[in-house]
Amino acid sequence: MLSLLLNSNLGWVLLSTTTLGLAAGTIGCMAYWKRQNLMSDALSHAALPGVVLAFLLIGEKNLLFLIIGAACSALVGAFLIQWITSSSRISEDSAMGMVLAVFYGFGIMLLTIANRSAGGNQSGLDSFIYGQAASMVRSDVLTMMALALLVIFVIAIGFKEWKIFLFDQNFAKGIGLSLRGMNTIYTAVLVTTIVIGIQAVGVILMAAMLIIPAVSARYWSHSFKSMLILSSAFGGISGALGTLTSSWGSGWPTGPFIVVVAAGFFVISLVFGKEKGLLIQYIQLKIQQRQQQAKAVLKSEGVK
Amino acid sequence: MGNSIIKVEDLSASYRKNTVLEDISFEVEPGSLTAIVGPNGAGKSTLMKTMLDLHPLLTGNVTYFGLPFQKAKKRIGYVPQRGSVDWDFPTDALDVVTMGLYGKIGWLKRPSKKHRELAFEALKKMGMEDYANRQISQLSGGQQQRVFLARALVQQADLYFMDEPLAGVDAATERAIMATLKELNEIGKTVLVVHHDLQTVMDYFDHVLFLNRTIISHGKTNEIFTKENIAQTYGGNMRLIGGEFQHVVSTSE
Amino acid sequence: MTYTAWIIVTAALVGLSCGLVGVFLILRKTAMMADAISHTVLLGIVIAFLVTREVSGSAMLVGGILAGLVTAFLVQWLHSLRVQHDASMGIVFTTLFAIGVILISTSVGNAHLDVQHALMGEITFIPFHTITLPVIGQIPQATALLMIVFLVVLFFIIAFYKEWKITSFDPTLAASLGIPVMVMHYLFMSLVSVTTVASFDSVGAIMVVAMLITPAASAYLWTDKLAVMLVLSGFFGVISAVAGFYVAAWIDTSISGSMAFATGIVFLVSFIGSPKHGLLSKYIRPGVHGRIVWRVKR
Repeated sequence: MLSLLLNSNLGWVLLSTTTLGLAAGTIGCMAYWKRQNLMSDALSHAALPGVVLAFLLIGEKNLLFLIIGAACSALVGAFLIQWITSSSRISEDSAMGMVLAVFYGFGIMLLTIANRSAGGNQSGLDSFIYGQAASMVRSDVLTMMALALLVIFVIAIGFKEWKIFLFDQNFAKGIGLSLRGMNTIYTAVLVTTIVIGIQAVGVILMAAMLIIPAVSARYWSHSFKSMLILSSAFGGISGALGTLTSSWGSGWPTGPFIVVVAAGFFVISLVFGKEKGLLIQYIQLKIQQRQQQAKAVLKSEGVK
Repeated sequence: MGNSIIKVEDLSASYRKNTVLEDISFEVEPGSLTAIVGPNGAGKSTLMKTMLDLHPLLTGNVTYFGLPFQKAKKRIGYVPQRGSVDWDFPTDALDVVTMGLYGKIGWLKRPSKKHRELAFEALKKMGMEDYANRQISQLSGGQQQRVFLARALVQQADLYFMDEPLAGVDAATERAIMATLKELNEIGKTVLVVHHDLQTVMDYFDHVLFLNRTIISHGKTNEIFTKENIAQTYGGNMRLIGGEFQHVVSTSE
Repeated sequence: MTYTAWIIVTAALVGLSCGLVGVFLILRKTAMMADAISHTVLLGIVIAFLVTREVSGSAMLVGGILAGLVTAFLVQWLHSLRVQHDASMGIVFTTLFAIGVILISTSVGNAHLDVQHALMGEITFIPFHTITLPVIGQIPQATALLMIVFLVVLFFIIAFYKEWKITSFDPTLAASLGIPVMVMHYLFMSLVSVTTVASFDSVGAIMVVAMLITPAASAYLWTDKLAVMLVLSGFFGVISAVAGFYVAAWIDTSISGSMAFATGIVFLVSFIGSPKHGLLSKYIRPGVHGRIVWRVKR
């Protein structure tokens, strides 16, 4: 097994999906507290036209350029969602849905054109968009890992500030943090994570990488710090286990397996979680009911 | 008291681990106009929601007219807080009031002219007849509250629950709403109101229920609306201006 | 009818049904449910295929509707356990979609189903699979299905018009008047699923999302009357479908992608130019006597 890991591409892929999982789990936890869970879904779809445009401009599949293209178009999407929501009666979820579908549709238009053009079909653009970690080469993996580590670094150094920013914006303002600046960095980090994740898990499933570990972590802790760590751990482990599982079959897609593993962690957390897990909650409810009933009995006896 | 219209026994309710209401038992006489008062977080809205089956009951029992809620609910009108709906919804004032009749109209039928006239009458009673065709997003806060009240009137319930109908409304609306409540009261309807302004309790309500997670006191306003009860309900969260209880201001509001 | 005409009719039917259903999606603040259901429908279709071992319209319709309902149910259940609403959606639909993709790539093979096709649809093949109906004569299968679905959607929206209105505006009041809010919710989710599944094969998942949300959101900017909003939304859906088709034919690209893009253009025009709730309306207001008064930006 070990030799297989070292010799084949799998080792590299494994390393990159694990790092990606760590980064996505961390930023996902922040998105959760910002109540922007589905934003990641909208933005990963919105990245598509940028990817194809970047490809059409350069004419080859260079990961860094594709990522820059994806990031630009996802940022335009984020801006549009923000603008539509703040300056009209359209609610945020409608705005997200529209940006998601319209950008994706536009991306598909461009993709059809790109695939028709010479060499487009062989470029592996499709596997980039629909997520095929196995198709990544070593330089791709290095680019991805560098960016993922950057994301984790940015969150780790400003941990205190992020915490205040997420929980109490007014207080953050009060102590002199620039909300605008923090928001910009947050969006940049979110978009970076999403676009580097696209190649590994695909446009559609990228959202799961951010949402599921964060919600799972919520069931184990009340402290933001341990939630963040748990969330990234769940993300990392899901990345690794999912990649390993998908390597058993030939041509099995990586993304869906990662997501199913993450979902498994979620179900376990939901049922057995130390905080607010179903089991614990049920027991608490029963205890509370019994206490109230006991009180009532005591009282009525006292009256007699 | 055999003739009480609402009977609450040993009610308790919780939000997750925290019990927010416990040991609540009281009865409401028919034809009374009761204010539920207490500091923020005392569980006023939760009490109302728990009684109306909108929040789970942890323990206890609530009956209306001697019946469980599900059997009595057609005779109960509820006016939620104004913020509970989206006022950008594409509809007009008359239409919102007509919604109060949907239960009576029945499935697969449209509201008839008669229903619209009933709704219009209710709007008129609230002084809102000029706004019948106005989009609800273009109404002021007070006007929206009046529309809500008109909708409750049209339901022709015997018992009304109102969650902070006077919060953030202008003086004219407050007068219109209170006049309507008095009128309802005079024709024998029973009304429970979550109220936040201690200064007007004496003027507006004949009964008062002091609540702070449990019942501090409940009875006729002129008997129990005392400094002691207010102090006990609001704890340190109040200050007295001029020493008279008519001028009590809750600092938490 | 010609090949082109059938494609336009099919797409217009998609636009019409989605436009109607979309209005209530927007007003119930569950727009992203469109995204969720359009993805999980894939799982339903795959399972229907695994069970029946054939690519049949009716089995897939049933599978898709069930998948849509399961999604709605799971999202509701997680939400009732105090998971944020959008997070529950995110968890449920990505997981079910992932299972669908795994099933396709491991057991079904690429024989008859493939993910990309499902996501983008292939409206160009629609006119080749025809059935013969009495009265109408030969008609493409997908078009016939969409026609039935449109009639079903229209029927339910008209029949329960006031119930949709009250459960969307004020579910608490609806419940206290004895209207079964949860039943209406699941009935509505079934309508979304039916529309999605029927549109799926011709235009793909993403196009369904665009058609469900965007025309309705555009219509929301033009009017404050629910009935007008429904008509406008259906109209915008049809316009986008037709315009999208011609643009795609003109520059030779994906038809469904182009239709989704066209809905975006319709929205952009509404967002900027709608006299009621558009951007420009905030700066220009008709003054007294019909004069136009330019307002300075505050």
